[in-house]
Amino acid sequence: MSKELIRLRNIRMAFDDEVVLNDLNLYINDKEFLTLLGPSGCGKTTTLRIIGGFTTPVSGDVLFDGVRINDVPPYRRQINTVFQKYALFPHMNVFENVAFGLRIPKVEEQRDENGKVVSRRKVKLSEQEIQDRVMEMLETVSLKGFENRKPDALSGGQQQRVAIARALVNRPKVLLLDEPLGALDLKLRKDMQLELKKIQQQVGITFIYVTHDQEEALTMSDTIVVMDKGRIQQIGTPEDIYNEPKNAFVADFIGESNIIDGVMVRDKLVKMYGKEFPCLDGGFAENEPVDVVIRPEDIDIVPVDQGQLVGTVTSVTFKGMQYDIIVDFRGFKWLIQTTDHSPVGARIGVKIDPDGFHIMKKSQYSGMFGDYSSYSDEYDELSDVDAVDEDEGAEEERREEGYAE
Amino acid sequence: MKKNGILSRAFLAILFLFLYAPIFVLIAFSFNDSKSNAVWGGFTFDWYVQLFQNRTVLGALQTTLLVSVLATLIATVVGTAAAIGFSSMKRRPRSLFLTVNNIPLTNADIITGVSMMLLFVFAGQALADFSGWLNNTQLAENANLWFDFSFSLGFVTLLIAHITFDIPYVIVSVLPKLRQLDPNLAEAALDLGATRLQAFWKVVLPELVPGIVNGMLIAFTMSIDDFVISYFTAGSQASTLSMVVYSMVRRRVSPEINALSTLMFVAVLILLVVINLRQARQEERRKRQALRS
Amino acid sequence: MRNKWLAAPYVGWMALFVVAPLVLVVVYALTTRDGSFTLDNFSNMMQYAAVFGRSFLLAGIATVLCILLGYPMAYFLSRERGRLRSMATLLIMLPMWMNFLLRTYSWVFLLERNGFFNTLLSTIGLPKLDIINTQAAVVLGMVYNFLPFMVLPIFSVIVKIDHRIIEAAQDLGANSVQVFRRVILPLSLPGVLSGVTMVFIPSVSTFVISRLLGGGMSLLVGDLIEMQFLGSAYNPHLGSAISLVMMVIVLICMGVMNRFGEGEEEAVLL
Repeated sequence: MSKELIRLRNIRMAFDDEVVLNDLNLYINDKEFLTLLGPSGCGKTTTLRIIGGFTTPVSGDVLFDGVRINDVPPYRRQINTVFQKYALFPHMNVFENVAFGLRIPKVEEQRDENGKVVSRRKVKLSEQEIQDRVMEMLETVSLKGFENRKPDALSGGQQQRVAIARALVNRPKVLLLDEPLGALDLKLRKDMQLELKKIQQQVGITFIYVTHDQEEALTMSDTIVVMDKGRIQQIGTPEDIYNEPKNAFVADFIGESNIIDGVMVRDKLVKMYGKEFPCLDGGFAENEPVDVVIRPEDIDIVPVDQGQLVGTVTSVTFKGMQYDIIVDFRGFKWLIQTTDHSPVGARIGVKIDPDGFHIMKKSQYSGMFGDYSSYSDEYDELSDVDAVDEDEGAEEERREEGYAE
Repeated sequence: MKKNGILSRAFLAILFLFLYAPIFVLIAFSFNDSKSNAVWGGFTFDWYVQLFQNRTVLGALQTTLLVSVLATLIATVVGTAAAIGFSSMKRRPRSLFLTVNNIPLTNADIITGVSMMLLFVFAGQALADFSGWLNNTQLAENANLWFDFSFSLGFVTLLIAHITFDIPYVIVSVLPKLRQLDPNLAEAALDLGATRLQAFWKVVLPELVPGIVNGMLIAFTMSIDDFVISYFTAGSQASTLSMVVYSMVRRRVSPEINALSTLMFVAVLILLVVINLRQARQEERRKRQALRS
Repeated sequence: MRNKWLAAPYVGWMALFVVAPLVLVVVYALTTRDGSFTLDNFSNMMQYAAVFGRSFLLAGIATVLCILLGYPMAYFLSRERGRLRSMATLLIMLPMWMNFLLRTYSWVFLLERNGFFNTLLSTIGLPKLDIINTQAAVVLGMVYNFLPFMVLPIFSVIVKIDHRIIEAAQDLGANSVQVFRRVILPLSLPGVLSGVTMVFIPSVSTFVISRLLGGGMSLLVGDLIEMQFLGSAYNPHLGSAISLVMMVIVLICMGVMNRFGEGEEEAVLL
């Protein structure tokens, strides 16, 4: 696509004895919208803070445009951040919040041909220029007319926009966003997702976005980096990540997945439940044990006599656009999304096209995900916002210690 | 933020030395085998022994503790009730009462002291006049009664003054807790079958306890440490430790007072260190749990 | 539980023991011994103008010194990590648990002509300092006694500043000096203001410190009031007038300062 801008090389990070990032390698291209996605505690925020310069890794290199910047303080990096809870300056109005970075005199260095600094001079922007740039930025985030409000007199969405304007007005090369939509309600979040994407295309810089919301990641990103337990699980486009998950963790974290134990008999033929199914994947050893992922929407319900497999419906939930049906196949419960209603207790057959199978190598996550026996539990988990918050508290605490370094 | 450099550390050290130097001097002289506070005459425990034989000092200690404990207890009960009352008022009366409540907090001690002294003297005089008038009436003569409502400055006025300047501290510490209180909490208790009184005792009060305890500690500290207000309101009949010290300071400080202060200081020190260690340990545990989760 | 009547006992108490005494102060200030109206108490105060001037000057100096010492102290403490920071409040408050009069008195033998400091100074070959019984000693006593009241509110305001706000400032290009000047300082101003109140009011009204360390040479307003109520010059009417005037001047000072403080904040913003 375009040239590489940031590279993280063999990054290792630990607070006390707790390893947070383990040998992390990642490069980020210029003008790319990259999302770090994972559950809380996976190391995504720490990664962001390392790029921003708020945390220094225990070992490894942070390169910006090919230059090592491990020891460059945050205020000298051409990177700006939109903080999780915005961190607006409470004693300044909207205009002054946005103008903050512009009012800081920039040191301009002149170098000779050998790259040695010849002279330094402080450059201050004129009041008029500050005025123009702030107003232009406020217009970009549709906050004109709010210049004189204090942050506490703004709604969450408006504060969000101020935070974005405050960062972007400095014309950084990279914008870091740490779960910036987390505090907004669903409707506003959806609007802001599109708006953020639009702003990114408009200003044409790199966005690095941290979230635990897979839908948000799929909607906005050029590239998604799925993380868990301080390691990168998969890097790819949203389509790659969704269609070709690398392991059970990614398959389960992105969208809904039925993950079944299987054996790859040979290329393009997988065996599960003692039956062989044609598929499109290859490149495995003969008879290699694998995880088979089948997305709930890739399963067709057919009459029992035409089914590749036959199971019993154990629960039906109406979801508006479709029904979520849990079907028991010899003790293993699948989730099927269908527009046809089948009553509980009905025997149904299912049919899966070859492109509905995604075959993954066995990993440490095998057997942990993909069974819908405790379906309702899983729903609880998804809707339990407080639980996420609590985890974040722990992450915060850790961060605070990192901050003390 | 960066860590402190050597210079800022040195600055902190000098200021702490400034704050603690007089205290070290006092403690040192409580072991000084000389009546003078200027010359070091060798080590002795004599002043501690004599302390427990000095009736004036022990009497004053008793008065101080009694007035502080009583004032703190009364202020805690009245103040907590008042804080609850204030928080259920409308904005206007509440802000009016809170402004009045703030007067003893912001006013100079000496003004609180003399104004209360004026009141007590005035009221004492008025009641004495009233008793005299009553005794001259037909009623007293017929019933063969003799009235005497007069009073003068003493323990009771001292106690009233202490309660008056203690209550605002209790209110100021309890009010924020009341503001944080989830209004559904009491309703939940009522919903589950508790009476209003039970809901208060079992659900609301426990939430307020940290604020109440905090206010109590501040009130007690203020009472123990007070000199100016006591000086004007206690008259000649009651005297607190501070007042005894003051009368001595103007002539000659007996080293027994140094000994007493040292004992009180050490007692507080031990108490605070214990509390602090416990808090630190709890925090450590909390942090560790948070990290693990 | 909502019950506004719980406040009734205290409202009565306040009326009796907070409001009534202040009303009496006003009444006494405006009357003579036999109860007739007069303004003489105020005109008689003119002879004490110098005392008022000295009180406000010394208290002002003490307050400024408290800011100059207390602000850096609070700021450095807030930057400490671990033990010292968590114990900071305790360490600053601890001296207050030693009797106030004794703490002040012990400066007498630290500063005396043949006291600790002068012994120290002469040991290292420096001339002796004659501080005791001067106005300098009174200021020192004020700073010593009330410095904690300056440090604590500033410290508690600074430690409450969200570290993300500081990070945001760094992120936007501010180095540590700029972070301090543009974020920490303006946000800690409310702490300074309440510190000023808590230092200035007891300083301007003290009579103990001036008597112990000033040797009776530098009379302050507090001494004046004390003398009218419990001292040689017994005259509660004049005493009330002096109290009233002091209260009003202090109120005006605080009002102006708060206004000025807001203006200051505004100025930093613009």
